[in-house]
Amino acid sequence: MNTRFFAMTNKINIYKHFLLLISVFFSFAAFSQEENKSETAKPKKFDAGELIIGHITDSHEWHVAGHIVLPLPVILYSSDKGLTMFSSSHLEEGEAYNGFKLIKNHIVAVNAEGTTDEAATAKLWDISITKNVASMFVSILLMLWMFTSTAKAYKNNPGKAPKGMQSLLEPLIIFVRDDIAKSAIGEKKYKKYLPFLLTVFFFIWINNLMGLVPFLPGGANLTGNIAVGMTLAIIVFLITIVTANWNYWRHIIAMPGVPIGVLVILTPIEIFGMFLKPMVLMIRLFANMLAGHIIALSFFCLIFIFAEMNTGLGYGVAVFSVAFTIFMGMLELLVAFLQAYVFTLLAAMYFGSAIEEHHHEEAHH
Amino acid sequence: MELVKPEFGLIFWMCISFGIILWILGKFAWKPILKMLSDRENSIQDALDSAERAKEEMKALQAGNEKILAEARHERDLMLKDAREIREKMISDAKGIAATEGERMLKSARENIQNEKMAAITDLKNQVGVLSLEIAEKILKSELASDEKQKALVNTLLKDVNLN
Repeated sequence: MNTRFFAMTNKINIYKHFLLLISVFFSFAAFSQEENKSETAKPKKFDAGELIIGHITDSHEWHVAGHIVLPLPVILYSSDKGLTMFSSSHLEEGEAYNGFKLIKNHIVAVNAEGTTDEAATAKLWDISITKNVASMFVSILLMLWMFTSTAKAYKNNPGKAPKGMQSLLEPLIIFVRDDIAKSAIGEKKYKKYLPFLLTVFFFIWINNLMGLVPFLPGGANLTGNIAVGMTLAIIVFLITIVTANWNYWRHIIAMPGVPIGVLVILTPIEIFGMFLKPMVLMIRLFANMLAGHIIALSFFCLIFIFAEMNTGLGYGVAVFSVAFTIFMGMLELLVAFLQAYVFTLLAAMYFGSAIEEHHHEEAHH
Repeated sequence: MELVKPEFGLIFWMCISFGIILWILGKFAWKPILKMLSDRENSIQDALDSAERAKEEMKALQAGNEKILAEARHERDLMLKDAREIREKMISDAKGIAATEGERMLKSARENIQNEKMAAITDLKNQVGVLSLEIAEKILKSELASDEKQKALVNTLLKDVNLN
C-alpha cells in the first residue's frame, strides 16, 4: 500500500497536478485568502484571521504558551544536498540557515545571496517533525500503550469480566466490530477488514480528542489537516480496489441489465463515483474537524476584538465567549466520536460494496 | 490556500506511522483482544446453551418421572383390578365348587337314604315273611290239632273241588 503511494508521489509533476486538482474542490480556499488580505490591509494590532490560521495549520515549532516555544526537528531531503537535519529554533521567520529559509511556514532553499532558489525548492522534500507529526507520534504512543496494555489484560485474565481500561475500550471495540464491520461488510468477510477499521476508528477518535486538548500534547489540528484525511482516504480507496471482486468491477464498467445507450452516461458516473467516495471521506473529516477548531478559536478571538474597542466590553464578551466555547467543546466531544464513527462506517460500507456477492447486488438495483 | 494543500511531510509521516500502528496493533492488540472477546462470547453462549440444555433435560427428566409415576399408578391399578378379579373368581369358583360338592353330597346322601330305605324295606319284607310263616305254622298247628278238625278241613276242601 505504502510503496504504491510513494511511487506516485516520487514523481513531482503528478504530485503537483494532484494538489491542483484538490485545491479546485475548495472555494473555501479563495475565501480564506480574501479574509487574510482584508485583515492585513487594516492597521490593526490584533489579527483574528492570522491567529486562527496560525493555530489550525501545521507549524515547524510547537507553541506552548506566551513566548515559550518547543523547537522540533527539521528534516529536509533534496537530491542535491541529501538529508539535512537541524532544530527548528534555527529557523526564525525570514532568516537563512544552512541554505534554508522559513517563508510563511514553508521551508524554501535559498542561494548564497539569501534569495529563494526556485529550482532547488522544487526538488526539496520537507519531512520535518512538525507540530502535527509530533502530535501524531504522541497519539500513536498513547494508542500503543492503551491497546497493548488492554491486550495484556485480556491475556492475563481470560474469560473474566473486563477491568479498568479494558472496560472502557471493550464496548467501543465491540461497537466497531458488530455495528460497523459486521453490519456493513457482512458476517462472512468482516474479519479481514476489522483490524484496519479498528485502527482507523481509534486513530481518528483519539486524534480528534487530542485536538480538543488546548495544551501541549494536544492542540494540534491533526485530523482537521487535509493531508491526514487524504492519506486515510487513499488507504481506504486502495483497500477497496485491491480487495474488490469481479462483481464490483462489472457494476462499475458495465452495469448488468442496462442498455448500451445509458451505459455511455452511467459508466463515467460510476467511475467518477469510485474516486468520489474516498474524496468525500477526506473532505468530511477535514472540514468537520477544521470547522470545530475555527469556531472555538473564533469565540476566543471575539474577546480580543471587543477588548480592543473597550476593555470592559472585552470582559463582558468573555463571559459569553467562554460559555459558548464550553458548549462548543461539548459538541466537539460528540463530533470527535461521530466523525470517527462516520469515517469508519463509510469505509466499511465501501469495503462491503466492493466484496458484495452477486445476489445481493441484484436486490440492490 | 495553505489549508487545503496537503503537505508532503505529513503524508509521509502519516503513512509510516499509520502503517506501523496498523501492523503493531493488528498483531499485538486486535488479534488477541478480538480472539479473547470471541472466546468469551462463545463461552458465555456455551454456558447459556448448556443451562438451556440442563433445563430441557430437567424438564425431560420431570416428564419421565411423571410418566414412570403414571405407569406405576397404572400398574398398581391393574394389579388391584387383577387382585379383585382373582378374588372374585376365587370366590365364585369356591362357590361353584361348594355348590357342586353339596349337590354331589346331597345326591349321594339321597342315594344312600334310598338304598337304606330299600334295604330296610327288604329287611322288613323278609321279616314280615318269616313272621307270616311262623304265624301260619302256628295257625296250622292249632287248626290241625284234632282229627275232627282235619276231617272238617278235608271236607271243606273237597266241597270246593268240583268233580267234573
